[in-house]
Amino acid sequence: MARRSLKRTARRTAHGARDKAQAAVSRKGGRIMASHANGEALCPGSSRNGSLSQEKMWAYGLGLFGIGLGLAELMVPRRLARMIGAPPRHDGLIRAMGLREIASGVGILTQGSSATAVWSRVAGDAMDLACLGAAFMSNRSHRGRVALATAAVSGATLLDMITAQQLSRGIETRNGCISLTVALVIDRPQQGLYRHWRELTNLPTFMKHLVRIEIQDDRRSHWVAKGPAGSTVEWDAEIIEDRPNEYIAWRSIEGSQVDHAGSVRFEPASGGRGTIVTVEMEYRPPLGTVGAAVAAWFGEDPNQTVKMDLRRFKQMMETGEVITTEGQPAGRAESTSRK
Amino acid sequence: MKANCWYGKQDMRVVDVPDPKILNKKDAIVKVSSAAICGSELHLYNGFVPTMEQGDVMGHEFMGEIVEIGPEVKQRRVGDRVVVAFPISCGQCFFCKKELYSLCENTNPNAWMAEKFFGHSPAGIYGYSHLTGGFAGGQAEYVRVPFADVGTIKIENGFSDEQVLFLSDIFPTGYMAAEQCNIQPGDTVAIWGCGPVGQFAIRSAFLLGAERVIAIDRFPARLQMARDGGADTIDYEETDVYDTLMQLTGGRGPDSCMDAVGLEAHMPGLLYYYDRIKQAMMSESDRPIALRQAIMACRNGGTVSIPGVYGGLIDKMPMGAVMNKALTIKTGQTHCQRYLKPLLDRIAHGDVDPSFVVTHRMKLAEAPQGFDMFNRKQDGCIKIVMTP
Repeated sequence: MARRSLKRTARRTAHGARDKAQAAVSRKGGRIMASHANGEALCPGSSRNGSLSQEKMWAYGLGLFGIGLGLAELMVPRRLARMIGAPPRHDGLIRAMGLREIASGVGILTQGSSATAVWSRVAGDAMDLACLGAAFMSNRSHRGRVALATAAVSGATLLDMITAQQLSRGIETRNGCISLTVALVIDRPQQGLYRHWRELTNLPTFMKHLVRIEIQDDRRSHWVAKGPAGSTVEWDAEIIEDRPNEYIAWRSIEGSQVDHAGSVRFEPASGGRGTIVTVEMEYRPPLGTVGAAVAAWFGEDPNQTVKMDLRRFKQMMETGEVITTEGQPAGRAESTSRK
Repeated sequence: MKANCWYGKQDMRVVDVPDPKILNKKDAIVKVSSAAICGSELHLYNGFVPTMEQGDVMGHEFMGEIVEIGPEVKQRRVGDRVVVAFPISCGQCFFCKKELYSLCENTNPNAWMAEKFFGHSPAGIYGYSHLTGGFAGGQAEYVRVPFADVGTIKIENGFSDEQVLFLSDIFPTGYMAAEQCNIQPGDTVAIWGCGPVGQFAIRSAFLLGAERVIAIDRFPARLQMARDGGADTIDYEETDVYDTLMQLTGGRGPDSCMDAVGLEAHMPGLLYYYDRIKQAMMSESDRPIALRQAIMACRNGGTVSIPGVYGGLIDKMPMGAVMNKALTIKTGQTHCQRYLKPLLDRIAHGDVDPSFVVTHRMKLAEAPQGFDMFNRKQDGCIKIVMTP
């Protein structure tokens, strides 16, 4: 018994060492490079499951900040007015602004950082700026302080707008990255699965965000993915590791429009129950519309999206095709089921 | 073609929809000759199953004639008369190979949705919400049958539709529920619910060697049909179920207990309203009243078999009883394909004639009235079969 488990540990260690030598994904000088078992990654520290995306964390931060400011406006409006150089005797207005701040803040905290709640902060910022503008024109205000306060509010407005925009576009990243790990058992031997995957032109038949992959040579390929409004996003990628029947790793080449790295591992499942296929992918979406398109590929739950891709791969390998309900009858305009 | 579609809570309509097409290479198109309304569809009818969409074609108990096949259908031909199993199964995956067809890994295009609810997805099912794939069902003139080689059984003898139609669901469901009871010689089986599945469970329990079956319901017609099948009956509105069961079994309890009721259980008294209110307030999705009773009544070391449908969360599950009495719980959507052949053989052998359960016959166009009547259990309604 003890000998058996020792042996197993030894085997696992050997396995680990091999992995370490053999590269997955990490970053070096801003570029995606091989390695993964040694802990380095394209997105170091990006936690994959459960934790909040950085956009959501920003939203929470802004919400909490708003509640704090709102409480101050509500409780010590006069002192606050003095601090920002506003004319006195506007307690009522400042308190109302405080209530607005708190309402937006509570909205963000209770609605799980929805984009709408953050947009309500942007609307509030606009009102605040309007009031500060009015204060600046008033003879009874301290213009220097009002200008400082305006600068501070403008800064907050900018942050609110960026956060709201990212959330509206569905961009959620961790350390600027979308990263995912998905595993699925497929009841087929490693060889066939590896071969089908290694033929990269097959990937778009089950990976929904890809339009096509063109093979350039043994290692290089050109990837075309769905872009904003019917356009495409394209990049060149190269295979950085290729162990027949076991492992393939690839990454976008330097200077690509989209920073991407991925790997797939084929390991025999215990008891001859087929193969465990593990996919790891990391995308660093650029700012702007291309970034939004990249984010839209994976939606709120990138693991789930790619698991569906992997499930289609499984269906193809086990049953020969991908089952669909598109085009079936229904008593409504479009017949498809949700995907 | 005409199809019976879901449009909302207690809102079914027979409308014109496009004819189905071959969408996958292993599909067949079946011209429906008979389709039944299943008790489990009442949960959809009453709005207890999420992810239904307006216009979804209903129906998962149906049979008919194959009128078109995809290029990779090998065992069936145009013209074959077939009964279709209600789960859609590929026949190739880990679970299908183990004959656990209702757990097929490859037939739910919305698997991610089911994963959110259940942790893992079951197989696709015809006309049973988008959680199980959103497949158009068989309460229609034509229906698309994916994986036709795996999901159909060819009917070659001169059986009537009503004799073989229930191979599609309720006969295998009642049979699997009885099989799960692991019946030993001398055993007493108690069955909550004398709807169609309960009726087949009663007969299956006897086929599998039960000494005695005690059936529990409140509708006279259903209790009568249970007695016709050889069961002793308890009307739960007249007597206390637990006390009666203990009297009948010398205080030990039934060797196995079956919940053929599911998530919309009913009982007299306050506890019913407790669950009904919790359900209405969405703080509990299912009412496990029969299940609680079954667990409490079951003998030590016995088996609780649950063919009744549950969809979500239950409240006040007597887990202490399950643990301290060392009960075995067995459940699942029926692995229907596994039973098609053996149960057709049983029918051919004359062990059972499933047409006994049919109480009402109507046209497909009357499906909405059928649902309403079945839901209210009017006119002694137990099973409705519709023809085009």
